[in-house]
Amino acid sequence: MGSVRALAVAALLLLPAYDVASAGEPKQGGILRVYHRDSPGSASIHEGATFSINVPFMPVFNNLVMYKQDVPQNSVESIVPDLAESWGWSDDGKKLTFKLKQGVKWHDGKPFTSADVKCTFDMLMGKSQQKFRQNPRKSWYDQVNEVTVNGDFEASFSLKRPQPALLSLLASGYTPVYPCHVSPADMRTKPVGTGPFKFVEFKANESIKLTKNPDYFKKGLPHLDGIEFTIITNRSTAILGFVSGKFDMTFPTEVSIPLLKEVKSQAPNAVCVVEPVNVSTNIIVNSSAPPFDNIDIRRALALVLDRKAFVSILYEGQADIGGTMLPAPGGLWAMPKEMLESIPGYGPDVNANREEARKLMQKAGYGPDKRLAVKVATRNIPIYRDPAVILIDQMKSIYVDGDLDVVDTAQWFPKVARKDYSLGLNLTGNAVDDPDQSFYENYSCGSERNYTNYCNREIEKLFDEQSMEKDVAKRKKLVWEIDKKLQEDVARPIILHARQGSCWQPYVKGITIMVNSSYNGYRYEDVWMDK
Amino acid sequence: MFAYIVRRLVLMLVTLIGISIIIFVLLRVVPGNIVDILFDAAGFVDPTDKANLEKELGLNLPIYQQYLNWIGGLLHGDLGYSYVSEKPALQEILPRIPITARLAALALLFSASIGIPLGVLSAVHQGSRLDYTLRVVSLSGLSLPSFWLGLLILMASVSLFGHMPIYNPNPATWTEAFAIYAVPAMAVGFRSAALTMRITRSSMLEILRQDYIRTARAKGASEASVNYRHALKNAILPVITVIGIEAAFLIGGLIVTETVFNIPGVARFLVEALRWRDYPIVQNLVMLIAVVVVVANFTVDMLYAAIDPRIRYGD
Repeated sequence: MGSVRALAVAALLLLPAYDVASAGEPKQGGILRVYHRDSPGSASIHEGATFSINVPFMPVFNNLVMYKQDVPQNSVESIVPDLAESWGWSDDGKKLTFKLKQGVKWHDGKPFTSADVKCTFDMLMGKSQQKFRQNPRKSWYDQVNEVTVNGDFEASFSLKRPQPALLSLLASGYTPVYPCHVSPADMRTKPVGTGPFKFVEFKANESIKLTKNPDYFKKGLPHLDGIEFTIITNRSTAILGFVSGKFDMTFPTEVSIPLLKEVKSQAPNAVCVVEPVNVSTNIIVNSSAPPFDNIDIRRALALVLDRKAFVSILYEGQADIGGTMLPAPGGLWAMPKEMLESIPGYGPDVNANREEARKLMQKAGYGPDKRLAVKVATRNIPIYRDPAVILIDQMKSIYVDGDLDVVDTAQWFPKVARKDYSLGLNLTGNAVDDPDQSFYENYSCGSERNYTNYCNREIEKLFDEQSMEKDVAKRKKLVWEIDKKLQEDVARPIILHARQGSCWQPYVKGITIMVNSSYNGYRYEDVWMDK
Repeated sequence: MFAYIVRRLVLMLVTLIGISIIIFVLLRVVPGNIVDILFDAAGFVDPTDKANLEKELGLNLPIYQQYLNWIGGLLHGDLGYSYVSEKPALQEILPRIPITARLAALALLFSASIGIPLGVLSAVHQGSRLDYTLRVVSLSGLSLPSFWLGLLILMASVSLFGHMPIYNPNPATWTEAFAIYAVPAMAVGFRSAALTMRITRSSMLEILRQDYIRTARAKGASEASVNYRHALKNAILPVITVIGIEAAFLIGGLIVTETVFNIPGVARFLVEALRWRDYPIVQNLVMLIAVVVVVANFTVDMLYAAIDPRIRYGD
């Protein structure tokens, strides 16, 4: 292991996003009251695939490493030690070794050791006796051969090939370390962690309560005495609760742009921010069946999109246009503007694009007298339905008559997975702003989440090439090339990347809303209340 | 009378068995189960994991076997486990019942205590300004959806008092405890009160035209005695019927009201359980509601006989 480096030193180089001096010395105490948008299915982060679980339960846990909580943009540079003291890559980039902190205790008093790290990742890789009910991020560890331990305070990840992005995946809010001695079933109902807050109770549809961990290994933290999440599914009630002062904070990135105006008018002192959530609204096209097995029709579909209209209607202008990777400045891997605009359908002249689309449709045998009828399948919730309606309207201009096919939530992904659709409108969230997570999950041949069955072996090679590339600048160029190709192939046309609002009362300090993921910023150990 | 009561009780039992079958079958006819929903969030379905989970939850058993397991459990007081919280269903349902029962009782009380006197007033002063005003109020009560009324109350409360009367499990004062239930009860009971008012009014108008009312007046009975002792007593039967039916229908209004006022009662819990296809919770809760409705109907029938001595059953 040649390039071992103490990340504590690197952490010191990072500039905190807020000015501690101007915010004052953190005060101890107080219960942070937050409303929660819905009742999570369980308390087990590893078994969930929604940030409804991360927000209330991330404070219960620690990762090996994490994204620095007061730096808004997640990047390799913002990764800091958590349960690990330091880490290092082997020279061949195929072994990642963590030195672990000593003296850390689980909330039930048992000591944390490297065995817990091995247990957690063996379970995630499906190698242990104990199994998760569901394991949605198993594919994150496809390149990990095994996790080995060396004594109680060292754990190593051996990889099949170099994958520098593994560290970013380990820093996600989705990657806490679980205790060996607590079963997955218990972790769903009574989670035990090492984190700044201990689990107190989870009453379904009612509340989630956490209390301060007085034995937290990070001295002086957390500042709060506890956190209480009140589950309020009705958005109007929740916002009124915040406005009336019943809550100190809204559910993060859950305030829509129109509602944000309401909040600002009724609670002018509230601190509100609008940030990207790294969730793209996109079109899924079943290219294995007519009519979309015809590349001309797929290209026409990509050309018809007036993305600015979507942004303006749905988000009052507060959303971003880009490719697969989250657009800059929030996103780290977005194509440069000129490159993006060179992709068919992204150019500023919508009429010219549509003229070209009409020609492609005519070439495929469609025209004003022979229109193409398609069903546009989507989930029966507004954030899916609303863009689908706009899409149907826009497609009319290229002789396509869309019929909205709303699908019950329980049936949406099973339907999409069995390719029982022709054209669909989908939302894709990315937990980590890293191409490995996005490309392999959504575009790799045979991936469960590659709903469109897009499979291009040439691109596949590029996926691996970028994944192994250590040089960030070189990797970026590869990623841009791949992203451009994906858009040109109409693999999954991206319409927009949404932004959402978060608000908190002015006395709440130390909140940072991440700008390129809505899954990683909820440790709340350095949040405090100035009252 | 005794034979009638026994017959009604047997009929209630048969009805409940029928309802249990319908609930059970309908729930399973609805597309998707909890496994689909759990995996939905993950964005894909791994067939092996799905099959394992279905086996763990007993969803792989034949439907009749699942039904027999449920009924067998019910007879032993075992309602099964919630698929979502993995806690005993009884433990999940029981604490929520008093919350909804309090809310429902207050709503019904509000409905009767406002609806009946105003209905009488409206009928007695037929054609007057008061009558027209009360008719407008009752019409608006029937037209305003309770969720809208609830939100309006919340907005007004925040705007005027800077306070929001949503549920708090640990109210500081008894007035706060009362407000937590009274305000939503008014929101949900307003429609019911309006209906009661209209039924009371029309029933009273019919009775007030009867010969015996004229006779009572001719004998010099006071207006209050005529209206309340002679007329209302005879006009009340259809009102009781409506209140009985409203008690059954109240659950629909409570779902919305509990959601708007964020009250962790049975009604909102039922909707959430349905969303997750949490069969043990849904089927036991719907059964509970069915029992309440059947018992409410039975009680109303019994009340008829108590209020109107002319009514006799089974003779």
